[in-house]
Amino acid sequence: MIAPQPLAVTVNGSPVRRFVEPRLSLADFLRGDLGLTGTHLGCESGACGACIVNLDGQPVHACLMLAVQVDGMRVDTIEGLSDAGVLADLQAAFHARNALQCGFCSPGILVVAHDCLASWDASGTVPSREAIRDALSGNYCRCTGYEAIVDAIESTARARRNRGVAA
Amino acid sequence: MKARAFDYRRVASVAEALDAYAACSGEARYLAGGQSLLPALNLRLDAPDLLIDIGRIEALRGIAIDGESLRIGALTRHAETLASPLIGAHAPILTQAAAYMAHPAIRNLGTMGGSLSLADPASELPACMRALGATLEITGPDGVRAVAADDFFRDLYETALVPGELLTAVRVPLAAPGSRMHFSEIARRRGDYAMVGLAANLVLADGIVTSARFGFCSVGPTPMRAPATEAMLTGRPLDPDAIAAARAALAEDLSPDDDDSLSGAARMHLARVLLGRVLATLGDGRVEAVAA
Repeated sequence: MIAPQPLAVTVNGSPVRRFVEPRLSLADFLRGDLGLTGTHLGCESGACGACIVNLDGQPVHACLMLAVQVDGMRVDTIEGLSDAGVLADLQAAFHARNALQCGFCSPGILVVAHDCLASWDASGTVPSREAIRDALSGNYCRCTGYEAIVDAIESTARARRNRGVAA
Repeated sequence: MKARAFDYRRVASVAEALDAYAACSGEARYLAGGQSLLPALNLRLDAPDLLIDIGRIEALRGIAIDGESLRIGALTRHAETLASPLIGAHAPILTQAAAYMAHPAIRNLGTMGGSLSLADPASELPACMRALGATLEITGPDGVRAVAADDFFRDLYETALVPGELLTAVRVPLAAPGSRMHFSEIARRRGDYAMVGLAANLVLADGIVTSARFGFCSVGPTPMRAPATEAMLTGRPLDPDAIAAARAALAEDLSPDDDDSLSGAARMHLARVLLGRVLATLGDGRVEAVAA
């Protein structure tokens, strides 16, 4: 008999304590135990990127982590990032550019784009379309809406850069 | 699919990890970044009884110059390899290779020790280690032993590690004066497995190649050296004639098998194309690698 393990983790800013089976993935923990179903599961092998969340501020595949591994760490899901308002301009750009389509891949793409935009912003650069495509190489869009997605990220980077220069 | 049930134990030291392995009555696996192990568990290609989580062992971290070599801790993440100035200065093929390794989110968790222990012949780091002439530091119940990268990779997914042993660090010789290094690969899609990859490590003195070491990905059951090609280049200038001769000599070194994705002949063709490209890049001096 394999005993459940104690887990203490901060999810979207709130402390959470549970006992979990060792084999439970972080993605299944977020969706099943916490009801945070914005984290989507596609391939469960790290290829599609629909499950990407931030772990201590860095994007990781929630399907390729065990819940027990994140004990003591901080997880931010699409719900937390969205509620915090840090994605608002990016989400608006996705809407305006028709980059959402069916929406299944959108959470993972938004988490990854948010991370990249922070570093592009910090360096004061607007990324090339090639750099955006490279950053998104771990995210599949089954609707193949890639042009619109790259458009949305590029226009957000440009708008943030312009705001930065103005300020 | 979901992984079969297993027990889990997080350990704080290498000694504790080895003890946990020895104490397991069934099959145990070490878990570092998990970026290859977790997919294998999810697909039920692997179903151990116990996972020993070594991911937080501080002693397995760190990148530092130690004597004549760069010592890289086994838990070094691919993202850290990509960003490390020390690795960039002394082993730039590792920096270049890290940019080809899967995707940013995978690089945030995947580790050097994990990749080398898995020994996937399509992956970048094993080929780089052979090209660099690296030494792998292995810790087991009887202490630490060092194994040359050329002796570490035995066969498909098979290494010199015996069950219970842990790869704890990698030592890369500091680049010699006149070193020129380059890594490149041909893949169907950014971040996908390479159809062919090449880590090249040359040393030139007064325009003459004095040492050549190649590590190829995806052309055999292990990361492959190319002894005839290396010998063909050594002692001559890196000019178009030498590059043509090296490309011809590659047929003596490699004979990739056919598989579902590519014929052996096509893979061999790509290997020859890639060798020509990498040598042309190094010959131009556009990638004048390194320190020293």
